[in-house]
Amino acid sequence: MTCSDFLKELTDYLDDSMDAQTRAELEDHLQWCHNCYVVCNTTKMTIEIYRDSHLYELPDDLRGRLRSAIMTKCQCKEGHEAVPDQTSTSSSLDSSKIK
Amino acid sequence: MGTIQPKVAEPVGDELTLVHAAKAGDISAFEELVRRYDRNVFRIAQHITQNREDAEDVVQDAFLKAYQNLANFQEQSKFYTWLVRIAVNEALMRLRRRRPERMVSLDEDIKTEEDSMPREVADWAPNPEQLYTQGELKEILGKTIQGLPPSFRTVFVLRDVEGLSTEETADALDLSIPAVKSRLLRARLQLRERLNKYFKNRTGGDGKQ
Repeated sequence: MTCSDFLKELTDYLDDSMDAQTRAELEDHLQWCHNCYVVCNTTKMTIEIYRDSHLYELPDDLRGRLRSAIMTKCQCKEGHEAVPDQTSTSSSLDSSKIK
Repeated sequence: MGTIQPKVAEPVGDELTLVHAAKAGDISAFEELVRRYDRNVFRIAQHITQNREDAEDVVQDAFLKAYQNLANFQEQSKFYTWLVRIAVNEALMRLRRRRPERMVSLDEDIKTEEDSMPREVADWAPNPEQLYTQGELKEILGKTIQGLPPSFRTVFVLRDVEGLSTEETADALDLSIPAVKSRLLRARLQLRERLNKYFKNRTGGDGKQ
C-alpha cells in the first residue's frame, strides 16, 4: 500500500466504515509510515477540535428573540392545513432546491 | 489508532409524535421542534454563510418554510434531516446573494486530489487546547473553516460537527454517497493542512511564539 492509497481510505478508516481486511492493511501501513501516522492523527484531532469547539453557539437572548419571531410568523401564516399523511411526491421545496 | 467516536444520537423517539401533532395544527408541538433544533440550524447557517445576520435570517426562514410545508414532509427521513435540507438551501441562497460574482454550488468539485495532499507533516504537540485560550481557538477555527469552498465546509459541518451519517448528509444535500465522502476527505485534509501552521510542534516549527 502506498501513502496515496492510504489517504484515499482515510475517511472510511477514521469513520470505522470498512471491512476488517482493508483496516488491517491500513494499520500495517501506519506501523511503518510515520508521515501517514501523523497525518491520520492530526486529521482526527482536526475533526475532534471542531466538533468540541462550540463554534457559533446561539446566545440565549438571541435564541429567545428568534424563537419568538418564528412562532409569531407561523401563527400569522394563513392557509396552513393539516395533512397527516401526505403521499404525493411533489413538494413545494423542490422548486427551491439548490444544487 | 482510534477512530472518531460518533456523537451520541439525540432521542428521536417522540420526534414523530411532535411532527404529527404539528401537522394536525398543534403550534406548541412545532415550537418544541424549534426549541430542539434551533441551535443546530443556527450553527449550520453560520458555518455556510459566515455571516451572523444571514444566519439569523436562515433560522427564521428555515423554520417558517418547514412549518408551511409540513404537509409535504413524507416522513421517509428524520424531521431533522429534512429541516437541515431546507436550512442548507436557504443558507446557500443567501451566500449567493452576497457573492453574486462567484458561483456557489454544492456540485462544485474543486480541483483534483492534489489540492488535499498533505504538504506539511508535523505532530501537534502540545495539544492545541493547551496552546490557546478558548477565544483564540475559536478565532483560529472560524478563520480556517471560512477559507474552505462552501461545498466542502457544508459537508464537513453536517458530518463532523453536527454528526449526521454519510447517508443523512447525502440525503440532506442531494448528493451521492461517493460525492459526500470525496468532499469530506478533502475538507478534512484541507482543514488539517491549514491548522498545521497554528498547531504544529514548536520545537522545529515557526508557529506562534
